[in-house]
Amino acid sequence: MLLGGVAAGMVLFIVSVGLSVTMGLMGFVNLAHGGFAMLGGYAIALAMRQWGLGFVPALGFGFVVIAVLSAVLERLLYSRLYRATELDQVLFSIGLVFMMIASVTVLVGPENQPLALPSYLRGQINLGITQYRTYSVFLIVVGILIIIGLWLTFERTRAGAQIRAAVDNRRMAESLGINIGRLFTVTFAFGSGMAALGGGLGAEFLGLDPQYALKYLVYFLIVVAVGGLGRVTGVFYAALLIGVLDFALKKYVPSGGTAFIYALTILLLLWRPQGLFGTKST
Amino acid sequence: MLKRLVTIVLPLVVLGVGSAQAQEVKVGVALPYTGIGAEFAQLVDRGMELYLKLNADKVKPYKITLIRRDVKDPSGANAKIAVQELLTQDNVDVLAGWIYSPNAIASAPIVTAGKKLAVIMNAGTAHITNLSPYYVRTSFSMWHAGYSLGEASAKILKAKTAVVGYTDFPPGKDSLAAFKRSFEANGGKVIDEIPMGGAGAVPDFTPFFQRAKDKKPDLFFVFVPAGDHAAAVVKTYAALGMREAGIRLIGPGDITQDTKLQAMGAAAVGLITMHHYHADLDNPENKRFVEAWKKEYGPNTTPDFMAVGGYDGMAAIVHVTQVLKGKIEADAALEALKGWKFASPRGPIMIDPVTRDIVMNEYLSEAVMKDGRVYQKVIGQIDGVKDACKEQKIGPCATAAK
Repeated sequence: MLLGGVAAGMVLFIVSVGLSVTMGLMGFVNLAHGGFAMLGGYAIALAMRQWGLGFVPALGFGFVVIAVLSAVLERLLYSRLYRATELDQVLFSIGLVFMMIASVTVLVGPENQPLALPSYLRGQINLGITQYRTYSVFLIVVGILIIIGLWLTFERTRAGAQIRAAVDNRRMAESLGINIGRLFTVTFAFGSGMAALGGGLGAEFLGLDPQYALKYLVYFLIVVAVGGLGRVTGVFYAALLIGVLDFALKKYVPSGGTAFIYALTILLLLWRPQGLFGTKST
Repeated sequence: MLKRLVTIVLPLVVLGVGSAQAQEVKVGVALPYTGIGAEFAQLVDRGMELYLKLNADKVKPYKITLIRRDVKDPSGANAKIAVQELLTQDNVDVLAGWIYSPNAIASAPIVTAGKKLAVIMNAGTAHITNLSPYYVRTSFSMWHAGYSLGEASAKILKAKTAVVGYTDFPPGKDSLAAFKRSFEANGGKVIDEIPMGGAGAVPDFTPFFQRAKDKKPDLFFVFVPAGDHAAAVVKTYAALGMREAGIRLIGPGDITQDTKLQAMGAAAVGLITMHHYHADLDNPENKRFVEAWKKEYGPNTTPDFMAVGGYDGMAAIVHVTQVLKGKIEADAALEALKGWKFASPRGPIMIDPVTRDIVMNEYLSEAVMKDGRVYQKVIGQIDGVKDACKEQKIGPCATAAK
């Protein structure tokens, strides 16, 4: 029974997709992405607890808050480093992560934040063939809806075409009159908003504490590396693959711990450095 | 040359300071005040403070000063540095603290070299007290609960098979070994052992619990560090429908830590634990303790087994201070504590003169709903439990302190 792995994969996908697109689009190594997921989870958990907001409205709230916050940060800070070296970008974004962790610890506290699911998402659901955890099924449905929505946006809308154009050849896109600066801001905000959504949706499995920002960063990066930069469907398959593999390995060979997944990633990247679904970079 | 100078001059300085203020006893506290263990550190710290506050007359005419150092994490390395600094820079008379076993294990050589009484107030890996002759433990050994629960599972709960899931670090392995030994000695069978990630972060328990569920045991014995791990365990157990599948969740009291229990709510009902303390214990010392705690720290707070470890540990330090008249010398302090008896909120306790570990009662409890809150009902009790690991000289417990 690997539904649990599929559900975990969906969480990975929702958080990582923004990272993949912004890395692919802007060529910016944004290690603070997990930080946005963490902040989003906090916004969602606190909105539910302090204001009694329902789970679904709180998710929307978290998305908007983090999207706006990240757009501000993008304009103020990130945009200054687009032409900087990768090392500068990494140092900047990891510094931002530490600031996020410290701020949350001071403002909210170091302890894990409970995020109570509404009663209709708790317990077990009868799927006809088998009983399974309702929330896992919910996550799978949400994940599929999101990938369909994203796919349609990317493949069928003007904005999607602009993003694809910018990922493939930025100079050409710019000379065709696409406002790259605005496209960057919007995409960055959207990607961070998705991360926030993932932070909230995944809290049931991954928990929610200040260290979240760094703890799961490796997983998000693995997904992006395996999926390929800037490829939405690639990230989706990669997240599913990693989620299911990680789940199955933990279930059937628990003594191996998390080592397997890293070993597999290394082998895979030796074989295909551009990722499973990425195209060769020129 | 410099080193020799320091070794000559330092004791002189210490002696000078010591004789000038003979009434003050400096207790160096090594606890994780920040990071993942911050809330545990607060519980132990409050337990110590509360003892001093409630028993001001027993401390007089001496003055106990706590010197706190943050050990940050369960890695061992930071704790070792903190203990070394307490000994060499702060010149403390007594060491205390230790939430995490790896920290106590890593600190042992420093404690031995420093020749100071060291009171362990939480860390529960059984063989820790063998690692330094100056370790005295007022908390528990994993074997206290694990061994007692193995026996109770077979005899009281009438279980035949069990799956053990444990956090993969020293106390987890200890708990597994303790439970397995006594459960199998009493006719049960452990059909699977599942390591469930490390202590540093709460993992997603779903794959591990799914594996346990597929094995269809009578019992699922879980050891995880108290705190957020436990809340996730109870949540995952409920969400996977293991209760409906007829699998009972049992474990040491870490999974029903008082500070987390009410937040678990109805999901916790039916959990069966073996432990030496929970806030619902019915004895006059505990009533007074819980009442004073709520008055001091707020009606919505509660003490738990960690707080009691700190409380009893401070009682031990005060006892030593009185016997030695404020001049704490490690070997004399150990003599004063061997066989020391105390009426703790957890019931009567004693320090075993042979092992320097605690001897206490273990309570089998079931979580039930009562007046809208989760209440721990005692359904069985074993008196005067010693650490079975050292008693039977099993594995690393067989090697005595050097």
